[in-house]
Amino acid sequence: MLKVILRSFLLLMAFWVGNAQAALTIEITQGVKGAMPIAIVPFTWEGPMPQAPLDIGAIVTTDLYRSGRFSPLPERDMLARPSDPSKVNFQNWRVLGVENLVVGKIRAIQNGQFMVQFVLFDVFRSSQITGQTFKVGKVSDLRKTAHQVSDIIYEALLGERGAFDTRVAYVTQAPDAAGKPRYSLQVADADGYGPQAVLNSREPLMSPSWSPDGRKLAYVTFEGGRSSIYTQDIYLGKREKIAGFRGINGAPAWSPDGTRMALVLSKDGSPDIYVMNLLNKKLTRLTKSYGIDTEPVWTRAGDAIVFTSDRGGKPQLYQVTLSNRQVKRLTFEGDYNARATLSPDGRMVAMVHGNGNQYRIAVLDLENGAMQVLTDTTLDESPSFAPNGSMIIYATESQNKGVLSAVSVDGRVRQRLVLQEGDAREPVWAPYGK
Amino acid sequence: MNILRKALVLVVPVMFLVGCASAPTETMDEGFDSDVESSVGTDMGTDMGTDMGTDTSTGAGFGSGGSDSSVETMGLSDGSDISSSALSLNDSSPSNLLNTRVIYFDFDRSKVRAEFNDVIAAHAEYLANNPGAMMKLEGHADERGSREYNIGLGERRGNSVARHLGLQGASRGQLDVVSYGEERPASMGHDETSWQLNRRVEIIYTKEQ
Repeated sequence: MLKVILRSFLLLMAFWVGNAQAALTIEITQGVKGAMPIAIVPFTWEGPMPQAPLDIGAIVTTDLYRSGRFSPLPERDMLARPSDPSKVNFQNWRVLGVENLVVGKIRAIQNGQFMVQFVLFDVFRSSQITGQTFKVGKVSDLRKTAHQVSDIIYEALLGERGAFDTRVAYVTQAPDAAGKPRYSLQVADADGYGPQAVLNSREPLMSPSWSPDGRKLAYVTFEGGRSSIYTQDIYLGKREKIAGFRGINGAPAWSPDGTRMALVLSKDGSPDIYVMNLLNKKLTRLTKSYGIDTEPVWTRAGDAIVFTSDRGGKPQLYQVTLSNRQVKRLTFEGDYNARATLSPDGRMVAMVHGNGNQYRIAVLDLENGAMQVLTDTTLDESPSFAPNGSMIIYATESQNKGVLSAVSVDGRVRQRLVLQEGDAREPVWAPYGK
Repeated sequence: MNILRKALVLVVPVMFLVGCASAPTETMDEGFDSDVESSVGTDMGTDMGTDMGTDTSTGAGFGSGGSDSSVETMGLSDGSDISSSALSLNDSSPSNLLNTRVIYFDFDRSKVRAEFNDVIAAHAEYLANNPGAMMKLEGHADERGSREYNIGLGERRGNSVARHLGLQGASRGQLDVVSYGEERPASMGHDETSWQLNRRVEIIYTKEQ
């Protein structure tokens, strides 16, 4: 028994890794006409060192720019750089056509702590819209503060919650020194900064899924040459195997209340959808077809599951109600509709929409049945909504590399996140933490 | 076993001759080299488990006997060529059907193409004659479409090969199907040249005897 415990411990140690060198860079491939003009004045610094440990204004500028909804004024075009709200001359900004203005400062206080302050102005009304002061405990938390500033500005001007202070998980594959593939499960800020591997493996890793509180990831591994499903606390590194049946163990999806896991097992024949009670591990079989039933995703109310099935010949999306197991088909347009994901408000389903040669990301409006294709590349997969529903992150292929891209739900804004080495795939946007 | 070994000694030289004249097949250890032909023969129309002596392109066939003789030599219709085989995993000659360890599939299909019937029959016979042997069937898909659906497709391909093996004498307990979907491509390209090499089932003997 002791041996078993010791072995598990060593295994965990081997898998838990700190910083990865990989980093994402962002390039906007397509923006919106009529993005809101805004100016973010560089935050002034008050402290013993010659400059601030982090350029918060620059991070806010990048955040707002990459949302596609804002068009920040380049710093070189600014006529003044006020940091004190009382010193703002609105005329300096009106002449440049700037509608909104952000000024702020960062100040070193005692014990390595910082004070970050900002104010958002309506330039034409010469009035303050909002503003906030943060006390920040350490240098490494300043980036999070910058994203919080971006979130406040975004919500104040657009009326919907921002998703800058959030994270994404994804899988990378890169060859090691000996040329053998190495798979990693990474967690990074939503802007791609600071990726950290939470799991490394020589065998494929698949299908990461966030717990609703954003603390845990479920995923599929092929350790030992067969598939199994684990859950892992990303802060403690502690993990638990929840399914290792004969055949397929795949596509885990946490229920909205976090107590159950939908998953795919083929132990009883062809792949079917099951629900596991995470407390007692009891399984309930939801579908029973001769086809492939896979890729379950919960409705917001947690009373039904949308999934992919080829029971009709080609893969299409279906929905099964938990209480009565009744199944209805959701998609009718196109040869191939798979890997559904629901928008946070539950009104839209994003999916992989294909025809044998092209696989693109499409959204189906569940209220009016309208289908809209959002991307124009050919090997797009794994869509995942931002927690505010504004963007969909997905994986695609570019110049023989797996890359991550994001597109706005109306298809008008696109950005690409480029990993420096190796392939990135299966991005999943984390929920707002609790 | 002894009978088999004696038979092997007799048959190996014959097989070597046949090997020189027969069509190329996959090599044993690297079933997914880029220069491997995904198409081994043309449409031979040989039904599983029935008339196995008519495949002229791969040059060997098996009887479905399973009696005391595990080796069979057959003459082809024109009598000008000799086709023979031995149930050995260690004979690396190209004519040994057991050296073909990869079965390829059409897009979004899991039906075994007729050209692989003889290869599967050979492996089935080996398994039937070696009840201790164990085989892992790794199902794979090309990268198109969603990953978990491709896991399902890979398993369906593995099961399809397993079913054919079972029908021809392999015991289900000897077979283990694992699907990797699109996670382990044999060829890394993003076009049909690579895709046709990735839609496959790899035959792996985890125990030879």
